[in-house]
Amino acid sequence: MTSGRSAAALAAAVRAQERRAADVVEEALAAITAGDGELGAFLHVAAEEARAAAEAVDRAVADGRDPGPLAGVPVALKDNLCTRGMPTTCASRILDGWRPPYDATVVTRLRAAGAVIVGKTNMDEFAMGSSTENSAIRPTRNPRDSSRVPGGSSGGSAAAVAAGFVPVALGSDTGGSIRQPAAFCGTVGLKPTYGAVSRYGLVAFASSLDQIGPLTATVADAATMLEVIGGHDPADSTSIDRPAPRPALDAGADGLRVGLCRELVDGVAADVARQVRAAADALAAAGARVEEVSIPELGWCLSAYYLLAPAEASSNLARYDGVRYGLRKDGDDVAAMNVATRTAGFGPEVKRRIMLGTYALSAGYYDAYYAQGQKVRTRVIEAFDRAYRGVDLLLGATTPSTAFRLGERVDDPLAMYLSDVCTVPSNLAGHPAISVPFGTGDDGLPVGAQLLAPALEEPRLLAAAAVLEAAAR
Amino acid sequence: MSSGGRPPLSRDEVAHVAVLARLALTDEELDRFTRQLAQVLDHAADVAALDLGGVVPTAHPLPLANVLRPDEPAPCLDRDEVLGAAPVVEDGRFRVPRIVGEAP
Repeated sequence: MTSGRSAAALAAAVRAQERRAADVVEEALAAITAGDGELGAFLHVAAEEARAAAEAVDRAVADGRDPGPLAGVPVALKDNLCTRGMPTTCASRILDGWRPPYDATVVTRLRAAGAVIVGKTNMDEFAMGSSTENSAIRPTRNPRDSSRVPGGSSGGSAAAVAAGFVPVALGSDTGGSIRQPAAFCGTVGLKPTYGAVSRYGLVAFASSLDQIGPLTATVADAATMLEVIGGHDPADSTSIDRPAPRPALDAGADGLRVGLCRELVDGVAADVARQVRAAADALAAAGARVEEVSIPELGWCLSAYYLLAPAEASSNLARYDGVRYGLRKDGDDVAAMNVATRTAGFGPEVKRRIMLGTYALSAGYYDAYYAQGQKVRTRVIEAFDRAYRGVDLLLGATTPSTAFRLGERVDDPLAMYLSDVCTVPSNLAGHPAISVPFGTGDDGLPVGAQLLAPALEEPRLLAAAAVLEAAAR
Repeated sequence: MSSGGRPPLSRDEVAHVAVLARLALTDEELDRFTRQLAQVLDHAADVAALDLGGVVPTAHPLPLANVLRPDEPAPCLDRDEVLGAAPVVEDGRFRVPRIVGEAP
């Protein structure tokens, strides 16, 4: 990706009146029109709204007002982020045609920073999936190889950035849904600390795990996006009451203690592990002290995640009852209407997770599954805390393999779930983590190196990510 | 193998869970979900079998309790805009079918 397509470069050019935001957005819309028929990154392109927003940015600049750090930057939004008056479907039939009556806080903050929202991106239905094949509308293809999935669930956002349609996009990450598609498509993907970014207006999947974050072409743009969308929001009671983390991209890695985490390297494909070890070498060359560490509790995370996340989802998705918004299928009474609506509106993976979660919460199984998952979560947090007494950051793979083929795992839910094995620990702990492109596998497809940090240590995380980015060039 | 020594998931249990979740499943879906959910629970068997007695469960990654704000009037969502998204509306309210057992 050239620096001319980075959000930082575009915003600088627009603020300096070297480029008009109106021209920047026309270029983005033209690229989408030309390329997205095959890729399927977008579910909705908001061309008229985008043109109007770009003109407002140009007027502000002409009047001597600063539109903000994202002046005129085209941004794509995952379709589970509420946009007032603009379709928000979560790639589900049950929300077909819904136009929210309000903007998510992150959307309000993007607009206030001068960003131009160009559309809503495809995803696995209700963010449940790892390939974007669970979209009820259509699959998205990987821009690096159209026979491969882009990952998921934020596959549309990752593809839109990787294809160069937009320099930056937002996704959401409940078990890896930002980092995994970023790795598969060769973009940067940041999951912030739980509570660092407001979830107000994010359609809920698993509320104690969900977090909004950026997918970008560069680490610097991820830092800028976090500064814009982060910080306290009274509308989200789980929002941390402190300012957005301030990125420190030039801090380097000198003296940094990095733990190469065996559980995030040993089980992955050999070509992916080779790149992760090369990333460790790059950090060491920049002055970091790299040592191998082992956190055996990470081996429990995937099972705990697939008990906890569906349990929370089964509760959150009870709201789709055909009464207040979205689809309604008639029935003789309310219960029959609820059943008809949900049966027609939800796709197979969403039904599977609602069933799994309802089971894990049901009488006789709650202690064995749901409460047990919560106890594992406690042990995982304690294990991370112990590890971070000896190191500042952890390094591992983002995914166990490079992007797999479309159709390869759709009939095998467990195989699909296994692609989240390296990413779910950060969600259980509520910690930040980032995937940075670091070379390619034997198939020529991108590999993501994942850095993990303790809560609210995004500045440290982003500084090390910038070192990896420079080394990968 | 069954999860943590428990009996394997039965088709009847899956049918019961579908009722709780307000989903109508076909016979084919019942068969498939019974098989697939059992696979996921089998994968979780090692975790279900861990001895974690005395470990305090974590419901949430942040140590939050009683997040409060001042109780002050503020603008809220526009009623017509909200009702405009509903499938059926009558007299400024959401309209639903009959609720069994209640007087009309």
